[in-house]
Amino acid sequence: MNGIMNWIRRHLVAFAALVVLAYLLVPNVIVAVFSFNDPEGKFNYNFNRFSTDGWTNPCGTAGICDAVGLSLRIGLTASLVATILGTMIAFALGRYRFRGRSGTNLLIFMPMATPEVVMGSSLLTLFLMMGLPTGPLAILIAHIMFCISFVVVAVKARVATLDPKLEEAAADLGATPFQTFLRVTLPLSAPGIAAGALLAFSLSFDDYIITNFNASPSSITFPMYVWGASARGVPVQVYVIGTVMFLIALTVVMVGQLISNRRNRQVA
Amino acid sequence: MSEATATRVPASPLGTGTAATPARRNWVPYALLLPGLLWLTVFFVLPMITLGSQSLQEGNVDEGFVFTGNVGIYADAFSRYWPHMVRSLSYAGLATVLALLLGYPLAYFIAQKAGRWKNVVLVLVIAPFFTSFLIRTLAWKTILSDNWVVTQWAQQLGITDVLQAVGLTSTDSLLFSPFAVVMGLTYNFLPFMILPLYASLERLDPRLLEAAGDLYATPIQAFRRVTWPLSLPGVVAGTLLTFIPASGDFINARLLGNTQTTMIGSVIDSQFLRVLDYPLAAALSFVLLVVIVTLVALYVRKAGTEELL
Repeated sequence: MNGIMNWIRRHLVAFAALVVLAYLLVPNVIVAVFSFNDPEGKFNYNFNRFSTDGWTNPCGTAGICDAVGLSLRIGLTASLVATILGTMIAFALGRYRFRGRSGTNLLIFMPMATPEVVMGSSLLTLFLMMGLPTGPLAILIAHIMFCISFVVVAVKARVATLDPKLEEAAADLGATPFQTFLRVTLPLSAPGIAAGALLAFSLSFDDYIITNFNASPSSITFPMYVWGASARGVPVQVYVIGTVMFLIALTVVMVGQLISNRRNRQVA
Repeated sequence: MSEATATRVPASPLGTGTAATPARRNWVPYALLLPGLLWLTVFFVLPMITLGSQSLQEGNVDEGFVFTGNVGIYADAFSRYWPHMVRSLSYAGLATVLALLLGYPLAYFIAQKAGRWKNVVLVLVIAPFFTSFLIRTLAWKTILSDNWVVTQWAQQLGITDVLQAVGLTSTDSLLFSPFAVVMGLTYNFLPFMILPLYASLERLDPRLLEAAGDLYATPIQAFRRVTWPLSLPGVVAGTLLTFIPASGDFINARLLGNTQTTMIGSVIDSQFLRVLDYPLAAALSFVLLVVIVTLVALYVRKAGTEELL
């Protein structure tokens, strides 16, 4: 009886999981399919006719590739800086005992617990009062700010799983603390750092709400372009770029998985 | 080794074992923390202060703003926009409950049942993030539009009637309704629910469930007494990571909703960037912050999970 109940329960969970997974992925499928559409009017909401126009001419509508370029530049810079700053904090939290730890934790947690609209608008008041201009630099500053916490969480999770004995062994073999860090701790934390960097880049590349508060008319990021297009008419190229980003990111993650699988097999 | 480990300070493995002096251990963590925390202080904490200050100023964009300590703005903001605030919190609350109901089975499946497919399914959960969420929300406009199967099925199965009865839609369409907004919020923030849930369910030892079964617990009892309590840290973190961004969001409300579904984030956005009434916008933003922080503090205290990071 128990066995039957368990069987039913197991498959109920699997079925529910599948439905939820479909709910998560259907919009991505729609985006991919509609990138091959030849829309009837200005909006790409109904499938009209198969066409590869968007794919053969991805920069075909004014401003879209400039917007993607700006988002890429901001995303790469923001994720680089946030990864460095966040990794340093994560090592301090994961490897040292110091006064002010709970205050630090609170300061890391707060940006994740604050609605984006509050962070964006408060930064705008700072820039207004300081007389600083909004634009690409202001966007970059904001993106680094909200990415740091997510990097800390990702790296800290990895550092917590490291065996301190490995570092002790390096020290016993005569490595200086700096050498130990460079040759043992850092390589072992690399998967966490990579995950944090990837997360930071995708958060930055995708952000609209905070960006919009700190942007100037000349700094249109890709999400801002899409937002503007959603009112005027969405060109099919938006769907093409969405699909390309999806495929690139999926490839990066899959390759990362393969590398870590292979490494684990070698270790085992 | 024995010489070195004898002087080890627990919980600070690095830099012990070597000739690390106490002085070195003291300044290293602070040096590591300094740049990042300085960044957060200047660009996160300080703006909260300028936000509060901006709300108490009077003036206009052309002539500039002067600090007058005009506390009355808060009464004004509240009396004009409390329906938007209440609406935002209820949409976000509803979306959080739905995300928990949908996310829990999937997180449980990945953590306990997926076996060698675990990593693949995990990647599929975060995969939607890789397409801009604005584009994905536009895709929902297609999916929920009147001439697609979803709406037609919902009409045939009587779901639209139920939704109308509970006030989530006002016609037999699905798009441009509170239903569409809540559905969009649930969809957008579901991965934020699933990942913390997965993290705590993965640590769940399946032998505990076997033990519960051996002690004649029904599956439901085992869930209620073993699985659920042990997953509570994930539930708390997941609900916070869903509720907080959802309450300030206005993308879903603008793209999938109608003029009756405007959320508070939308009001703040347009007051700041279109109406240019900075004090009112800052006051609304500040109220939203205080409301969220209060709710989160009450919730965390009630749920009893202090260690969220």
